[in-house]
Amino acid sequence: MTRYAMAVDLRRCVGCQTCTAACKQSNATPPGVQWRKVLDIESGEFPDVSRTFLPVACMHCDEPACEEVCPTTATQKRDDGLVTIDYDLCIGCANCVMACPYDARSIVHEEKHAYGDKPMANEAIMFDPARINVSTKCTFCIDRIDLAKETGQTPGVDHEVTPACVNSCISGAMVFGDIEDPDSNISKLLSETQSFRQSEELGTGPGVYYIWDKNDEKV
Amino acid sequence: MKKSNSRITSRVQRNWDWRAAANFIGGGVGSGLIFWSVLLSPLGYDSLLLMLLGLALVGAGLFCVWLEIGRPWRALNVFKHMSTSWMSREAMVAPLLFTAGAASWLFEPMLAWPTALLAILFLYTQSRILLADKGIPAWRHPRCAQLVITTGMTEGCGLLLLALPLIDTHQPWSWAVMLILLGLRALAWRHYRAGLKQTSAPPACQKKFAAINPQFLWLGHIVPVILLALAFIQAEAAMLAGILAFGSGAWMKYILICKASFIQGFNMPHLPVRGQPTPSRTVSAT
Repeated sequence: MTRYAMAVDLRRCVGCQTCTAACKQSNATPPGVQWRKVLDIESGEFPDVSRTFLPVACMHCDEPACEEVCPTTATQKRDDGLVTIDYDLCIGCANCVMACPYDARSIVHEEKHAYGDKPMANEAIMFDPARINVSTKCTFCIDRIDLAKETGQTPGVDHEVTPACVNSCISGAMVFGDIEDPDSNISKLLSETQSFRQSEELGTGPGVYYIWDKNDEKV
Repeated sequence: MKKSNSRITSRVQRNWDWRAAANFIGGGVGSGLIFWSVLLSPLGYDSLLLMLLGLALVGAGLFCVWLEIGRPWRALNVFKHMSTSWMSREAMVAPLLFTAGAASWLFEPMLAWPTALLAILFLYTQSRILLADKGIPAWRHPRCAQLVITTGMTEGCGLLLLALPLIDTHQPWSWAVMLILLGLRALAWRHYRAGLKQTSAPPACQKKFAAINPQFLWLGHIVPVILLALAFIQAEAAMLAGILAFGSGAWMKYILICKASFIQGFNMPHLPVRGQPTPSRTVSAT
């Protein structure tokens, strides 16, 4: 079985928001909607303070709370771990928005453009009316993952079939791949490091791992 | 090792507004009214009008939700996920409730009893909708479901106290039921807030509830209890007690859905360890 997941090395992330921009460009999300964003977190007390960047998006959970509550079956979890939304089924009830502990979902009720009423050329081309009044979120660039099946390429290795955010990361902080494959880059990285996932106590089994230190047992 | 557990970016959800709150308010008071009006009908009044009023309130709540959803003309898709979605189950119970109510009105008055059971089931499904929403700590707490059910029952009984004298006559036994329900709701409210504190729900959410606590307890519980005692002297006081019990419950549910619904937010159980290890201070000191 394949289980696609993402690892974010917090030691490497510099908070440049390039992944945010790459996601907006690739997925044509409207103003105010960020399927991916990087949180800028200050912690500690002077003089012992630190600044950390936390990239967040849909966690493509093992047990997605959004899928459980969706009354229409628009939200589904695929065998490869990706959580999808069928825009033609979704009624925009926002129950999934409430169920998601990761603030990953958005509903836009009207067509919006970056500069007023008139869309820019790329916005006009990429605008999808099916996405109005329904729930939307990060797809792990599902079209690219599906392309891999046709071309025989490997998501996380070949750029053409790797999520846009991962491709764009300037510091190599993001790694994508199949965690069921022990030889994948993500499996190796996770075995060499210590990581956590967001709100694991909720039992959702998030598919995004945050690396915070090396694994002393392996070093 | 540095650690940080503070909740990051918790804010009030923006997708469910007064229309969603109206569903929980209408569903709660409507279900409660149907249940109590039928259950207490052996006291000697006709529950039909009250049951129809309850159905109208449930219907009004559902209509408000229909106004809120993004794609209302696809609303029938709501029935597609009975296996796990409590919203689908709520949608399934609603037509059964209306059908039973209509059959009771048109054909067989005894069908009021299954209608009352369906009303309770409808209220239960509403409470489970909130419980399944893991992104909102104030809703996913198990005691929230208890509070929603207790509140619905109390609101329904409050409306019964108000409406009974208008269609028939005062029923002192309904005052006794109201007293018990007020006690149960006050307990559920206190229990719920204590539970939120135990599970470290977002502080801003707890503050919202703390802000309404005095008014909710006084206007929603203590004053109605006093009015119910006065009702034995002046029966009309029970109607005012009913209004307060119903109004305070609706107000609390509006706060629960629209104002205290802070999202989970993110946390950082570990801060990243960057750079070279810090030299041992004990070594350099010697």
